[in-house]
Amino acid sequence: MASDAMTIRTAEATGRPWVEILHEWVTTVDHKRLGILYITYALVFLVIGGIEAMIIRIQLMYPHFNFVSPQVFNRLFTMHGTTMIFFVAMPVLFGFANYLVPLMVGARDMAFPRLNAFSFWLSAFGGFLLYFSLVGGSGLYGAGTAPDVGWWAYAPLTARAFSPGHSSDYWTIAVLVSGFGSIGTAINIIATILCMRCPGMTLGRMPLLAWLNLVMGGMVLITISPLAAAQIMLLIDRYLGGHFFDTQAGGSAAIWMHFFWIFGHPEVYILIIPCFAFMSEIVPVFSRKPIFGYPVMVGATVCIGFVSLSVWAHHMFTIGMGSYANGFFAITSMVVGVPTGIKIFNWLGTMWGGKIQFKTAMLFCIGFLFQFLIAGLTGIMLASAPFDWQLSLSYFVVAHFHYVIVGGILFALFAAFYYWYPKITGRMLSESLGKLHFWLFFAGFHLTFDLMHIPGLLGMPRRIYTYEPGRGWDTLNFLVSIGAFVQGIAILVFVANLVVSYFKGAKAGNDPWDAWTLEWLVSSPPPAYNFASIPTVASRRPLWDLKHPEDPDSRYE
Amino acid sequence: MSQPTAFGAESVRVHSSFIRMTKARYNSRSKVFLGRAVGALTLLTGVLLAAALCTASEPQASSVPSIFDSRSTPADSIRHFSFFVLSITGVIFLVVFTLLTYAIVKFRDKSGDRGREPAQVYGSTQIELAWTVIPILIVAVLFAATARVIHAIEDAPKPSTALEVTVIGHQFWWEFRYPALAIVTANELHIPVSDPDHPTPTFLKLLSSDTDHSFWIPQLAGKTDLIPNRVNGTWLDPHETGLFLGQCAQYCGTQHAKMLLRVSVDGPEAFEAWVKAQKQPPVQDEKETAGRRVFETTACVNCHAVGGTNANGRFGPDLTHLMSRETIASGAAENNREKLRLWIQDPDAIKPGSLMPAMKLSDNDLDALVRYLETLR
Repeated sequence: MASDAMTIRTAEATGRPWVEILHEWVTTVDHKRLGILYITYALVFLVIGGIEAMIIRIQLMYPHFNFVSPQVFNRLFTMHGTTMIFFVAMPVLFGFANYLVPLMVGARDMAFPRLNAFSFWLSAFGGFLLYFSLVGGSGLYGAGTAPDVGWWAYAPLTARAFSPGHSSDYWTIAVLVSGFGSIGTAINIIATILCMRCPGMTLGRMPLLAWLNLVMGGMVLITISPLAAAQIMLLIDRYLGGHFFDTQAGGSAAIWMHFFWIFGHPEVYILIIPCFAFMSEIVPVFSRKPIFGYPVMVGATVCIGFVSLSVWAHHMFTIGMGSYANGFFAITSMVVGVPTGIKIFNWLGTMWGGKIQFKTAMLFCIGFLFQFLIAGLTGIMLASAPFDWQLSLSYFVVAHFHYVIVGGILFALFAAFYYWYPKITGRMLSESLGKLHFWLFFAGFHLTFDLMHIPGLLGMPRRIYTYEPGRGWDTLNFLVSIGAFVQGIAILVFVANLVVSYFKGAKAGNDPWDAWTLEWLVSSPPPAYNFASIPTVASRRPLWDLKHPEDPDSRYE
Repeated sequence: MSQPTAFGAESVRVHSSFIRMTKARYNSRSKVFLGRAVGALTLLTGVLLAAALCTASEPQASSVPSIFDSRSTPADSIRHFSFFVLSITGVIFLVVFTLLTYAIVKFRDKSGDRGREPAQVYGSTQIELAWTVIPILIVAVLFAATARVIHAIEDAPKPSTALEVTVIGHQFWWEFRYPALAIVTANELHIPVSDPDHPTPTFLKLLSSDTDHSFWIPQLAGKTDLIPNRVNGTWLDPHETGLFLGQCAQYCGTQHAKMLLRVSVDGPEAFEAWVKAQKQPPVQDEKETAGRRVFETTACVNCHAVGGTNANGRFGPDLTHLMSRETIASGAAENNREKLRLWIQDPDAIKPGSLMPAMKLSDNDLDALVRYLETLR
């Protein structure tokens, strides 16, 4: 294996001046370091976005509560949404893709290391710019700094007439710039997967994580472009006298909605597909069985990729598109449930007949399965256009997409953290703290988001800074807030686990989970340039073949 | 509100028992998962029960604007349709939930035979085909039902007896115009009850003067957005009289939360009487000339209109029959002397961020102005 001189570890760096270490990290083009930078950056924003959520929940604990003003509340939900989507979910998933894809396809780095670094710093700059608005701009009439137009920034609320000052510009440019970063990373992921695979790794032998990230990369390329176009058009409206979305001058508010959601809906799949990828790696290892129906899993993912590009207007059932358009988007939205269902069944098939080990990573995977099932079913309700006329824009929708993003994406991400942390740091995360984290978060999640559906059914719209007493929403909102605090505590346990285990965790060794993909072949953390000699593979599970020479997978594929 | 408290409390109970269960059995691996499964199941049953409770509410118009407590044809169709969708998704949930729970309990790693890997199964074409085809059939059924309800609501013909009202969304209040009756009012929509034998539905034309808004009275119909530079429509045919509550559902700016909406469904006589009162020429009480002078000589007239005076502003609500309304500030406060006074003096005290400016009047002028406004019946 690689010599010690080749390995790069921050622990070894102690003793060197910190400026040198900082310089090394800032100028790095190493995929592993950039992966860690992406993930750390996302975790910082996760805490910021989480604090925003806590303040929102305090304000909504009681009707007519005055914890924050409406102006501040509107900024909080705008910043919370924008932060969580663009500066937490996207970068953390890109971070894992960056770290894992080259290792899993047997490559020494990403295809374009410099583009990789450039993309990261663009995204990082976007996040910085968004928060610089706190000192840099003023928002809606009478409101102070930071964007307050909602994370969809619907026209014409963003027109200069309604949003003077620069807060909307900070939002626009921050999202635009980080979007360019996302496009760069997507190109890199696609090129790495298509061109850098090790000998023997045909497309049909790629780990599912690589397949799913390939689909994700393709979707990013297709959908970030209309978003970028819309942001540029908005800037033209605001500064160059354009009238694309300026309804006072004959522009169209609906066209912004189309532009935004043709990005916005596939975005959900851009976020969830890498999480499907984590599931497809972790569930088999802890069930001690190969993934059930590999070709169908690939097919279903590609199918989701395509179909999800034609469902966006189900976010717009209430804007009066007419019965034919509503019917079309209702059926496409329902159809996307079919390949998604296939995935759930295939994970079930993977566990069926296996020997399931309930490590923390697997607990989060199981939580994901149940919660994603429910999120999918409430999704079917929302796809049924007439039902959506009642549910849309209400707290039911807020509960639904948090079920997807927290119950699905975040649970899968936690699974990924517990599973790959040993590879990234060389130390195991504490299982007991991990289980505490899981159960606390699980309880808090269900207290918050199960109950949150009900105020929506009782007529509570989203994005209101306060509500009237006596409409049946009071008790529910109080309990929802309590659940949010429980989740907050669970996140603190998680962060504590990350920090404590980094210093005190048990040594991981190369392959703590007895897993089957190439990243477990190398040391933990992996040496610089990953592989001293590029491996050759003969099946989807090269390490299984190594460990079971008498019964290798390559015999059956 | 006994009803929401009841199901709120039930949810707490479900949760605490769930947490207890998981704690007590933490030591035994298999039981943790049984406990977890049972806990999750109880939890979900609790949620479903709670949802069911909302459907079984008492007949008179309640102040809980539940979508399951429908009182008008579009809302009824959606409610029936939602039960259909809920039962299909409920069955799917039960089947998959059972399978997942079974797999977790049955196939857990039993200590003792470590080291031996289970049978390596790579897939099964028949099974995978089955769980592809069955969902496709379910989607077909769901879509057929969806298309039927979309058509029934969105393409409903307008009968000649229908009342037409134009709704104009403003930051942060509602303007209602009855073109055939020459009535302009704000925030409190009055419509006639619709007898199924002689239907008198109300057809709303939805416009916006500034940003997007959304018209939503959960008990009467699903929501429809009001979008500037675009004409939308919806309709209501309430079968019962009463007051129905709702509010703007599309984020429209700082005070989106207090853009409340009240719909009063009146019996035929009551509606006639209301129309008659609204059509009366405005009475100018001679005793309140001082207050009228304040009104006509300050910025009030730039935004508000009062019939028979030089005030014809259209930026704020029409005040000709102000005192016929129960609330001010789009439902944010009761319409009484004290609140009127506060609203004129310091709107931010009632609705921070609303576009009504603080008028900064002297106490004398303010009192006179409020007395004058109270004559606008």
